[in-house]
Amino acid sequence: MAMPLPVLEELKSLLEAALPGVRTELVPNGPVPAQASLRVAPTDADAAARFLRDDPRLRLDTCSNVTGIDWPDREEKTTSKAIVDGVEKETVEIRRVPGYLEVVYHLYSVSLKHGPVILRQRTANRGDDCTVASLTPVWRGCEFQEREVYDLFGVRFAGHPDLRRILMWEGFLDHPMRRDYVAPDDHEYEPTPHDEVLALAKAHYPAPEAKP
Amino acid sequence: MIDEGLKNELAKQGVVATSLQELYNWGRSNSVWPLSFGLACCAIEMIAASMSRWDISRFGSEVFRPSPRQADLMIVAGTVTKKMAPQVVRLYNQMPEPKYVIAMGACAISGGPFKQGYNVLKGIDRLLPVDIHIPGCPPRPEALLHALIALQEKIAGEKLTGPNRPRHLRADAPSEFPVPEFGPHDLVPPKNDALWKPIPFVRAG
Amino acid sequence: MNRPTPESFVVRPRVDHEGTELEGDMLEVSMGPQHPSTHGVFRMDVVLDGETVVKLKPVFGYLHRNHEKIAEGTSYLGSMPYTDRLDYFCSLTNNWAYALAVERLAGLQVPERAEYIRVITAELTRLQNHVGLCGFLLQDMGALGTPLMWAFRQREKVLDLFESLTGARMMCNYMRFGGCRCDLPAGWLEQARTVVADFPAFLREFETLLSGNEILMARTQGVGRLSPELAVAGSVTGPMLRASGVDYDVRKVDRYGIYDRFEFRVPLGDHGDVYDRYMIRVLEMHESLAILRQALKGIPGGPVIDPKAKLRGFRPKPGESYGRIEGPKGELGFYLVSDGGPNPYRYRIRPPSFINLTLLEDMCLGRSIADAVIILGSVDIVLGEVDR
Ligand code: SF4
Repeated sequence: MAMPLPVLEELKSLLEAALPGVRTELVPNGPVPAQASLRVAPTDADAAARFLRDDPRLRLDTCSNVTGIDWPDREEKTTSKAIVDGVEKETVEIRRVPGYLEVVYHLYSVSLKHGPVILRQRTANRGDDCTVASLTPVWRGCEFQEREVYDLFGVRFAGHPDLRRILMWEGFLDHPMRRDYVAPDDHEYEPTPHDEVLALAKAHYPAPEAKP
Repeated sequence: MIDEGLKNELAKQGVVATSLQELYNWGRSNSVWPLSFGLACCAIEMIAASMSRWDISRFGSEVFRPSPRQADLMIVAGTVTKKMAPQVVRLYNQMPEPKYVIAMGACAISGGPFKQGYNVLKGIDRLLPVDIHIPGCPPRPEALLHALIALQEKIAGEKLTGPNRPRHLRADAPSEFPVPEFGPHDLVPPKNDALWKPIPFVRAG
Repeated sequence: MNRPTPESFVVRPRVDHEGTELEGDMLEVSMGPQHPSTHGVFRMDVVLDGETVVKLKPVFGYLHRNHEKIAEGTSYLGSMPYTDRLDYFCSLTNNWAYALAVERLAGLQVPERAEYIRVITAELTRLQNHVGLCGFLLQDMGALGTPLMWAFRQREKVLDLFESLTGARMMCNYMRFGGCRCDLPAGWLEQARTVVADFPAFLREFETLLSGNEILMARTQGVGRLSPELAVAGSVTGPMLRASGVDYDVRKVDRYGIYDRFEFRVPLGDHGDVYDRYMIRVLEMHESLAILRQALKGIPGGPVIDPKAKLRGFRPKPGESYGRIEGPKGELGFYLVSDGGPNPYRYRIRPPSFINLTLLEDMCLGRSIADAVIILGSVDIVLGEVDR
């Protein structure tokens, strides 16, 4: 029997009432409001996930999709105007916003036929501390997908039973789906290069001969 | 060497005169056994070519061998990724001479649509000598048959003696090629420099 | 989580017929990536005790073509041809799933005729995928040649339809955001009706020969059992999930497109074994034919693409969307994150056959290595989708 899913605000309060101390944050989603998501801290993720799976109103028994997203460090500019000594001066303040890696879980309920509920976790940064909680102990179906996120993004999943590279070979050092990954340069032969490929290919070509 | 005119004349009388070279090449070219080795989407068209509609057995090549030891022809049907490339080379090395390679599809030729991929080898030419290239994404089964016929013609035209004799009759020509290793960022070496030289390219205009 | 481990797994008493204890080592076999039974470049690292599988680890990545990375550097429309190459048996359903996700993101409507065309092409795709799978599965069981040839003979008829509609046999690249690329050519519907009308005769023939075949039953019944609870926990979807008796079909649950207008049943299995997975596919073909008959009858006229849909300069608002459909292999989803630019910021595919492999080890443990081959065959994997 299909059961309507509580709206996300309701779900959030359900979750916070059931698990005191667990804080979640609602992430709105402009174009598809029905697919807004809940962010949980990695320390709370396991408890929250178990609640979502086991609560009789929710019964989100399948984790359908696990995605990694890379949000690199960015610079935010804030311009403020102030009147100093009677002259209007503009000060531009550049603030570095540290980046992070995000893991998104799409949960569905097969038994109650509703969903999706979208759960997100964030790592502290993109460097030395990119650990989130693994949800494989809760949903078996996350196993390979979390390995994939680890392989391609470098997110470490605490509690994953078998965290190894899955698509690239062992001994590969990079995490290619990160935005700042630079692919190996093998553009020696590009018959029809354009855009970025042209720029890369040029490094291999002899300097264009001067036209007579 | 028999005179061509005399040979044709004899053939009209029902007498077949041939040379050992022709007989040898005729036999080889009409029983090219491919390695059953599919990499990606192009392999489905390769299978389609071996099914009843296109029926590759009309050309003597229906015997797809699962073992490289029994195969004459490697049809590289699909994208060669960097993770797969060492295995492709190893399979080629395991095939006995004489052996031939058909690069089927844009991916095997140059990386095709996936050329920008970090894990995609930009053409199997970089690691193996290719005899026939078939463009297309995927090439139709007819195109594969065409390539097979072209290969048969190539085999039939091979000279068994002289300086232009094929690789398998020359002691100095390599029949195995170095297998690249997995490196920390890429294959090591990423290409076989002795084999593949990029065509010098100068942008017009 | 009760994962079976090789240690906890009692294989068989290691004694010979006289009761003497046998000593021996486990044998490690690396099957693939070049192996005739792995449907492409898939590898399984198998540990065998005699012939019995005690450990099985799939190894992926031999066809990892970086689709997601390339798509993040390409416009939204530019990724459409890449979706064809994802699961190269089912380019049209892949197109649909991607178009659905983008349409959600951009709020596009699809005209009625285009919806009908989508249903027709998707069900034709399901037919040719399932028929191909049945052929390959039997090939894995040792029925070399005939079933596969029959399957491909029938598949070619569907491919001819695709070719006359889209210009390509396999890589159709047909759907667009807000509709389809072009209208049906003259006479196409007649041609499609003929193919649909002839299909049951083929299925009958196929089933008479195979479904009740004693060897087939002996090889497949009770092999590779998957319990419904484990299947759900393991995110298994599609025919594999339904073979375990779980009533879940995205066409019924989400009612995407216009699937609520058609009458069809969702076949369910009892045992969750390889035989059920095979039968589910055969039965699904019957249901697909039923949908096709209704759709081919009811298809209205009209435009095939939303006139407001922009092909060039397409920039959806920032946000994200997840669109999923019931592909022939399972739930195929696309997750897109837009930052307002012309390219998707994040483009993720939920590949059903990759996720269905999560439980491969659980299904194979304790079975013989020959069973592992057909269990893998019954999962219905296509490596282009597994590794992307
Ligand atoms: S050339 Fe095209 S069809 Fe062939 S493997 Fe590459 S992408 Fe697939």
